[in-house]
Amino acid sequence: MTINLEHYLILSVILFCFGIYGIITRKNAVMVLMGLELVLNSANINFVAFSRFGGLNIEGHVAAIFVIILAAAEAAVALAIILNIYQNYKHINVDEISNLKE
Amino acid sequence: MSLIDIAFYFFAILIIASAYIVVTSKNIMYSAFALLFTFFGVAGIYVLLNADFLAITQIVIYIGGILVLIIFGVMLTNRITGVDIKTGTMSKFQIWMTAILCVIAAIGLILIFTQTNWNTALSPTKASTIEDIGTLLLTDYLIGFEIASVLLLIAIIGAALIARRKTN
Amino acid sequence: MTHDTLLILSTIILLLPLLGFTIIIFWGKRIGATWSGIIETSILGIALILSIIVCYSKLFTFASEELIQIKFTWFDFGTGGIKVGIGLDNLAAIMLIVVTLISFLVHFFSTEYMKGDKRYSRYFAYLGIFTFSMLGIVLANNFLFMYVFWELVGLSSYLLIGFWYEKDSAANASKKAFITNRIGDLGFFIGIMMIFFTYNTLMFDEVFEAIGNGIFPFDSTAFLTATGILVFCGAIGKSAQFPLHVWLPDAMEGPTPVSALIHAATMVAAGVYLTARIFPMLTAGAFIFVAFIGAITAFIAATIAITQFDFKRILAYSTVSQLGYMIMAIGVGAYTVGFMHLVTHAWFKACLFLASGSVIHAMHHALHHLHDHHTDPQDIRNMGGLRKKMPITYITFLIATIAIAGVPFTSGFLSKDGILAATLAFAHLSGGGIYWLIPLFAFSAAGMTAFYMFRLTIEAFHGKPKIKAAAHTKENNFQIVAPLVVLAILSFWIFYSINPFDISSGWLYQKLPAPTTVVPAESQWNHLLPINDKILETQHNSHSYANLFEEEMHHQHGSAMILSILIAGGGILLAFAIYQFKLANPDNLAKQFGKLYKLSFNKWYFDEIYQKTFIGGTVLLSKLMAIFDNYVIDGLVNLSSLITRGISYFIGHFDNIVIDGLVNLSANITGFLGLMLRKLQTGKVQTYVIFVIIGIILLFYWLW
Repeated sequence: MTINLEHYLILSVILFCFGIYGIITRKNAVMVLMGLELVLNSANINFVAFSRFGGLNIEGHVAAIFVIILAAAEAAVALAIILNIYQNYKHINVDEISNLKE
Repeated sequence: MSLIDIAFYFFAILIIASAYIVVTSKNIMYSAFALLFTFFGVAGIYVLLNADFLAITQIVIYIGGILVLIIFGVMLTNRITGVDIKTGTMSKFQIWMTAILCVIAAIGLILIFTQTNWNTALSPTKASTIEDIGTLLLTDYLIGFEIASVLLLIAIIGAALIARRKTN
Repeated sequence: MTHDTLLILSTIILLLPLLGFTIIIFWGKRIGATWSGIIETSILGIALILSIIVCYSKLFTFASEELIQIKFTWFDFGTGGIKVGIGLDNLAAIMLIVVTLISFLVHFFSTEYMKGDKRYSRYFAYLGIFTFSMLGIVLANNFLFMYVFWELVGLSSYLLIGFWYEKDSAANASKKAFITNRIGDLGFFIGIMMIFFTYNTLMFDEVFEAIGNGIFPFDSTAFLTATGILVFCGAIGKSAQFPLHVWLPDAMEGPTPVSALIHAATMVAAGVYLTARIFPMLTAGAFIFVAFIGAITAFIAATIAITQFDFKRILAYSTVSQLGYMIMAIGVGAYTVGFMHLVTHAWFKACLFLASGSVIHAMHHALHHLHDHHTDPQDIRNMGGLRKKMPITYITFLIATIAIAGVPFTSGFLSKDGILAATLAFAHLSGGGIYWLIPLFAFSAAGMTAFYMFRLTIEAFHGKPKIKAAAHTKENNFQIVAPLVVLAILSFWIFYSINPFDISSGWLYQKLPAPTTVVPAESQWNHLLPINDKILETQHNSHSYANLFEEEMHHQHGSAMILSILIAGGGILLAFAIYQFKLANPDNLAKQFGKLYKLSFNKWYFDEIYQKTFIGGTVLLSKLMAIFDNYVIDGLVNLSSLITRGISYFIGHFDNIVIDGLVNLSANITGFLGLMLRKLQTGKVQTYVIFVIIGIILLFYWLW
């Protein structure tokens, strides 16, 4: 059995679910961020796989590049927010930060 | 099995194993290092998919940039000298519920992906994709490209502004 | 053995220290300090054996081939790409042995010297990464690898100088070394960019070939000169040449074996190695620049070394001076003797430094024994009489001193004599005038070297112990002494040439012919051009030499030898007269030469001048910028904000009444809805994610 589109898609699904699992079960905000990066990477694998097998061609690569750009911006801003939270709360457990509720 | 198949399975196993460590490890530094291998594996997958530029970008930005940033985050928000580098999780019940949820989602997605009749037209292979990507970025996707640059600028300014220590 | 085997072996040699680094940095704690040292040392031992095999087969089995190399394209972009690879020629093969042998001995030495240090295993990891990067420089056959490894040695030097970073002076010295090097590297980088811009390749051989075909940066040989000088700037920084020499003496804050390895024998010689690498593309103008930089460095550093009191600092200035010698030799066109001086100097200077390490180690232990923690164990005014206490260290130190002073029957005499002959030949052939300054500087530096090295030996080893601790020193054990003996043996002439008075008859000299210059004839020294038939008509008896310069060097050899023996002998006798037999009081002499003494003692005020001009200037500039920002920029911003405020005042009233009314209305509606939906909001991000996932799963069932 040669490697085709489905193999890559299944790989990306597995990565995606690991990412979601990490996002939900982790308390530490940095860990949540890592889960997020996994999800974004799985999306990127899909883009590139479709650009190879699905006739999306080079445009899939461009979309993936934009995803990477957004991921970079997101990581920077998210970490800045995390640092700020840390300064205020002295911890970064996301489930204990619910001031916005009130 | 051809060499490419072996390479695919190698990278796939690398990705899955290290992603598993990322989301389950108790030690946040181990998670961060496992994340490095995940990113590396994804870069390898890109190479298998003839996306050489993306593979390099993946290594430069994810491993060189984002991962370093994350490790910085870890260092700055944990007392390194202490033992507080562990990361807490939810209760056992919540974890199992989440795992079941994720498995259901995974099965659903895999079913959809395998049942769908994809239009599989193999793209023409080229020695290097850089030229094409460059052309596309500066023609069809010019606006997106420019907006992305503005976004990055704003992200830099915003991040610096948010993370700045309040002076009072 | 084929070409491929040779290149694979070279790659293995290159990667072995990296392997050691990886093992120790990741598992150093687990395997323990002792094993880290043993692993790293034995890895270097393997690398040394392989280097000897590689060097032997390159020099003898593949003697007919100038360069064995492999190239591959690293990455492509649009048109062309960057090619990299590794290459092995005689220069690199000999350098491999120099690096691995000294590195091995230093590792061996360090296992004892660093014993008990709390970062013992990390120290060996750093040594490993340094050796890896240095071997990278040696094996690079392109400017890109050269630059990458160049920066890597800079990094490892930074790490090792600041190894004891708890000491402020060490931390500052490492920063100073790093920043000073960066200034030189900037020039190097611009030079590389000019080369890439012009030739679209960074391979040494392809660049030289293109120059030979008459392609120059901006179509002008003047810019070729500029490119050569810019690349040489890297060598100025790394080899501590005037005016960037200030970092090397401060770098002595690092552990002494590190000083021996990095700041005496190998890394600082990388600048000389680079200059030798780009030798074919240097034009006459660039050669003059190189020669004068080298000569000035050799002279200034020698004058400073005379008056210093710190054991390692004297050796550091002597290193700067000797590096100046090598650079000067290459600058006057004497490629072979310049590089040979690098090799011979590496042995005896490493020997001197390791001996100084042995002395400091012994002094340190003696002071420790006497519970004295304030006396400086490196100050020669605290030593004296160590000859009896540490006989092996003394004898090896003395042999190395004799070698560096240039006494016949030593390796130092051979190469130094060659360089002096070359400077004389250069001054002769280039038409005299200002060029006579170069031999003048060279000979006076030779005299001063002999003087200060014997001053150091006599002050530290002869006479009576000056403080109590010096009397309590004792000889170190095998691990420290053995490297000294090996290096001292290598300081004899026999390894380089059977005839102790003529280097050009030696086998090493024959193996290292100067590469032919590729620069066009009109912008190159006439005497460096290869001899062709036209010149043969006018010059007889020159067919056995590659160019007129070598022939002239041969002619000047006799007079240079006699002069150098006289001058070195004079320096040695003077040192003995003043310090051993006390015919004159050094303090009185210092007073007599008041101004000159102060100039030398304060290192020609280089640090102070840099502090005032460059650092002060930068601070002043930033202050001016701040003032400009405060008044002009802020003024403009304030003005515009004032205008904006005026306009907003009017708009504000409109907003308050009309817009806010509408907003409040919709807000009230939303607020009511929000109260209803609030129950769903737990405030926990992860709950929301669960909602999203459930939503997605439901979506599957609807759509599918």
